Amino acid sequence: MIKYFPLSIFCLFSLFSNAQGNLTGNIESIFQYLNEDTIIDAKQPAEKGLINSYMNVFYTYGNFKAGMRLESYLPRIQGYPNRFDGTGIGMRYVGYANDFVDVTLGSFYEQFGTGLSLRAYEDRALGYDNLIDGARLIVRPRKGIVLKGVYGYQRLSFQQGKIIHGNGIVRGIDAEINLKEAFKKLDSLPLDIVLGGSFVSKYQKDDDESLILPENVATYGGRAKLRYKDIFFDAEYVIKEQDPSADNQKIYNYGHAAVFNLGYTTKGLGLLFSGKSVDNMSFRSDRNKDLQDLFINYLPSLNKTHTYNLVATLYPYATQPLGEVAYQADVLYTFKKGSLLGGKYGMTIGANYSTTFRPVQHTSNINLLDSTRVTYETRPFDKSDSLYWEDINFNITKKFSKKFSAIASYYSIKINNDVAKISNDSKGIIHANIGVLELAYKINSKHSLRMELQGLFVQKENGAIKDKGNWATALIEYSISPNYFFSFMNQYNYGNPDSEKRVNYPIFTCGYIREATRFMISYGRQRAGLFCVGGVCRFVPASNGLTLSFTQSF
Amino acid sequence: MSSILFGQNDAEHALDNKKIPAVKLEDMKGKAVNTAELGLKGPVVFSFWATWCAPCKKELNTIHDLYTDWQEETGVTLVAVSIDDEKTKSQVPVYVNGKAWDYIVLMDPNGDFKRAMGVNNVPHTFLVDQEGNIVYSHNNYAPGDEEKLYQEIKKLTGK
Repeated sequence: MIKYFPLSIFCLFSLFSNAQGNLTGNIESIFQYLNEDTIIDAKQPAEKGLINSYMNVFYTYGNFKAGMRLESYLPRIQGYPNRFDGTGIGMRYVGYANDFVDVTLGSFYEQFGTGLSLRAYEDRALGYDNLIDGARLIVRPRKGIVLKGVYGYQRLSFQQGKIIHGNGIVRGIDAEINLKEAFKKLDSLPLDIVLGGSFVSKYQKDDDESLILPENVATYGGRAKLRYKDIFFDAEYVIKEQDPSADNQKIYNYGHAAVFNLGYTTKGLGLLFSGKSVDNMSFRSDRNKDLQDLFINYLPSLNKTHTYNLVATLYPYATQPLGEVAYQADVLYTFKKGSLLGGKYGMTIGANYSTTFRPVQHTSNINLLDSTRVTYETRPFDKSDSLYWEDINFNITKKFSKKFSAIASYYSIKINNDVAKISNDSKGIIHANIGVLELAYKINSKHSLRMELQGLFVQKENGAIKDKGNWATALIEYSISPNYFFSFMNQYNYGNPDSEKRVNYPIFTCGYIREATRFMISYGRQRAGLFCVGGVCRFVPASNGLTLSFTQSF
Repeated sequence: MSSILFGQNDAEHALDNKKIPAVKLEDMKGKAVNTAELGLKGPVVFSFWATWCAPCKKELNTIHDLYTDWQEETGVTLVAVSIDDEKTKSQVPVYVNGKAWDYIVLMDPNGDFKRAMGVNNVPHTFLVDQEGNIVYSHNNYAPGDEEKLYQEIKKLTGK
């Protein structure tokens, strides 16, 4: 007995330490102290100081899982949705998962296919969180087959430290099969095929006195992913039943959304052609909501997400859920090292083109006076000549030596400000040409310098300056690996037609990073603008002041 | 018995004893992958990135130039986890192949793995040992960070 004593102690110890399970998560806190700045029309909030904080804790022990997020807005930082306040639990769940089933009770995020019918997700930078609170079951009956079912209410807001749910209930099922994984016999087939289908329905009581509203509204659709050697094709098509809402002025039309991607890639070359057609496809769990509230589905715009400041934030485009037809082409090619253009380190060129139009709405067979409230007819990819958006851009990335590299980019952006409203200072199509030069210089193994020069030039219309006119931005960044960075950026609206609005927006930022911990301080002016991530945008007012942020992963 | 002892010691050295969470994702070809069961030999670097994240691309392009040497010397594998959602997801294979990367690329369009790993923002890089313990992680990228990462890889493999 005694002989085995140390062993059993170790076994116990080992068991005990395993019994702690696995814990992961993160913390984020952002504090702002804002000044009054009459030149850019920035207001000082009554509290002067604002702070948002979040902490996620996810725990797994064997097949068991549990997690939650605590949130705190004391009060919320500037530009955040105005219905976030207090401190409390903003997301929580328990669940059990093995290779066969995965069940979650409480809050969960989910996406069916490409998200055209259902996508619950969080984007903290935007204050976007449409999680579903309820139950989810995922079943994997055999390799290559995934079945999902979800049921619940969506998160609308967070008030006095509590989740506020939307009015309508959301339920959905989704099935996907990877033929090659599911059926061994197909292993020799040179073609990969994945097929899927989904059905999503919402229920909301009829709250209209004059119309008979459908209380149960469904979307259904199918998708396919095909791959043959270096060529891939994927597509999804979703139909929405009659869904009179505040978005569509309570019309009784069916809606649709369709996307496809066709690509060819090989070492050193990538080609992509995509298309998208959307009509009457705003699908929310409360028919009376607008802006970014309670979307069940996800309709991102079909264009490249740009990173340079002026390109990304001055004229961004978000999908028009009522209807649009869009196409995109994307190319990336790398000239090999040692080739004529590649030089010693190779050179990459990229080109991207995206364009979006209003769909054609046929009304010749429609009697607007009848009682159907069907106001037009349309077909997928039936586009008109009315332009909503166009973006043509090129970039060249070249490393000249071990120390020096550069990226040169050019963008031509056209946005229809009457439809995709971006500015109160202009009408019609705004056409901006943007040039960016980025230079990076590595001083030694730890110290490096980076510089950006950006110019945005708005095309004049009949000799008159459009919108806010021309802008210039300069940025310089000094970093000391792996712990520090310092940067200074100034945006100058030198071409504003109103000479009093030719304002500089200087901002200084520095950061300290140690492994998974990051502190950041910035001080300066930030201009008002539309802040977009993916297909969702939020308006951020101009501000002047101090921002401190802290993030930690564990 | 000794294995229990050593196992315990290794775990103590690991960062807060944090293991790679098991999340089911797909690779660029649509093949299902469990993040905790990649079946790779040697250390693994998980690097969270996106096509719209300039420092992420800079980090992965820098490592791309060094990757063959790193693999030969330490047997390390890099797994580039794209957090591009449906808006830009289709551009991932264009970028990855256009740049001729040799990494394993996983798609995390709804942020499931990102959330489980506690990633606040990209780039965020994790170094994982053979047993799945996270031994080092770094948020952000500045030129030179790849050398610190490689020192940690060498420390892990005893080289």
